Amino acid sequence: MSNKEPLFSTKNKKLLTNPLGSDNPITVQVLGICSALAVTAKLEPAVVMTISVMAVLALANVIVSLIRNTIPSRIRIIVQLVVVAALVILVDQVLKAFAYDVSKQLSVFVGLIITNCIIMGRLEAFALGNKPLPAFLDGIGNAAGYGLILVIVAFFRELLGSGTLYGFKVIPQAFYDMGYQNNGLMILPPMALVVVGIIIWVQRSKDKSLIESN
Amino acid sequence: MNTNSNTYTFLYASVMVLIVAAVLSFTALQLKPRQNKNKEIEKKQAILKAVGVASTFADAEKLYDQYIVEAKIVNAAGALISEDKEEAFGVDLKKENKIDLTDRKLPVFIFQNEAVGKKMILPVRGKGMWGPIWGYISMELDGNTIYGATFDHQGETPGLGAEISKPEFQKQFASKQLFDQSGKFIPLALVKGTASGHLHEFDAVSGGTVTSKGLEEMLLKSLGSYEKFLKSSK
Repeated sequence: MSNKEPLFSTKNKKLLTNPLGSDNPITVQVLGICSALAVTAKLEPAVVMTISVMAVLALANVIVSLIRNTIPSRIRIIVQLVVVAALVILVDQVLKAFAYDVSKQLSVFVGLIITNCIIMGRLEAFALGNKPLPAFLDGIGNAAGYGLILVIVAFFRELLGSGTLYGFKVIPQAFYDMGYQNNGLMILPPMALVVVGIIIWVQRSKDKSLIESN
Repeated sequence: MNTNSNTYTFLYASVMVLIVAAVLSFTALQLKPRQNKNKEIEKKQAILKAVGVASTFADAEKLYDQYIVEAKIVNAAGALISEDKEEAFGVDLKKENKIDLTDRKLPVFIFQNEAVGKKMILPVRGKGMWGPIWGYISMELDGNTIYGATFDHQGETPGLGAEISKPEFQKQFASKQLFDQSGKFIPLALVKGTASGHLHEFDAVSGGTVTSKGLEEMLLKSLGSYEKFLKSSK
């Protein structure tokens, strides 16, 4: 096996790093917006959601890639759904048993991982046509790109909306005594959309190649 | 092999479903005891919180065993049904609320420590805007004055209805009273504006009117079912 591809060849590295920037699932492909609005009021659920999506997406990518040659093409979407749904239920059950507080906060969103467009999108577009290792890296990369945006949005929403970061108070009491108020609007989902919009704006003004010409 | 033939497709789907079902039921069975344990700990934390005792997930069980010195079940007529601590803890209010008031089991927890003395804790459960809301009310032994309250919810809107689970909302219930001077049961009523200083009213959550109304209803029904018991403990 002298011509074996090294683990981190340029191609594989790209699978990991592209989704963080120029091929980001949220800001460029505009997938997974729904959950990005829902879990970003605080940093903690955003981080847990990222980890859960990463686990589900990486594993689903590998499983689908492993069985890609056996899947009857007429029911391939159903097969993908079953794989994702089974993994999501597993994640939900494990969270309920080992991280009860977090699972309560995420509540319905864990179930909603199934409907996260990023997952079905990557399975259909990548895992069905690639070997397990690149599929695994693609899963990790896309989940990381998704998580990056989630964490950025959650950072601003929690800081401005609750005056805390990861549950710790960061805005000193003296500010509140002087009349500073948390912005309640930041806690509500529409502000997540506005923050995502600002991120897209900043990214496109830096990387002109992302701007569609029409 | 032709992966597109009908036979293959049917076989593939059946086998896949069987494997997935087996894996999922195995996991669910394995994790069930741990999950139930977590729910119990959460309930114990909530009961302690009604008296203002903060506990962590790790020490809740120890504190519960230490401070909840007694737990019993009464009925709507105020008569004692059971004094078994485990049985009282195991009463599921969701099921009880569906049966007739006369047959309903009503749990009472007795709390005691050096800092706050002896209090009794009553569970309440009702409907919010999107789902169930529940809580625990701690009372002085006179059966009239509220000492503290804690509420929780399944899916009320964050920032609006969900505010009922915040300490700022809950602390207003301290020293409210359930009976007037002639001994008549007066359910706690919702007011807009300010209810501080009033004995029988509480402030609504702004922007959470439906949840607040649900909470009012819950206090009326749940605490109302304890009316005879509370009167007898005066």
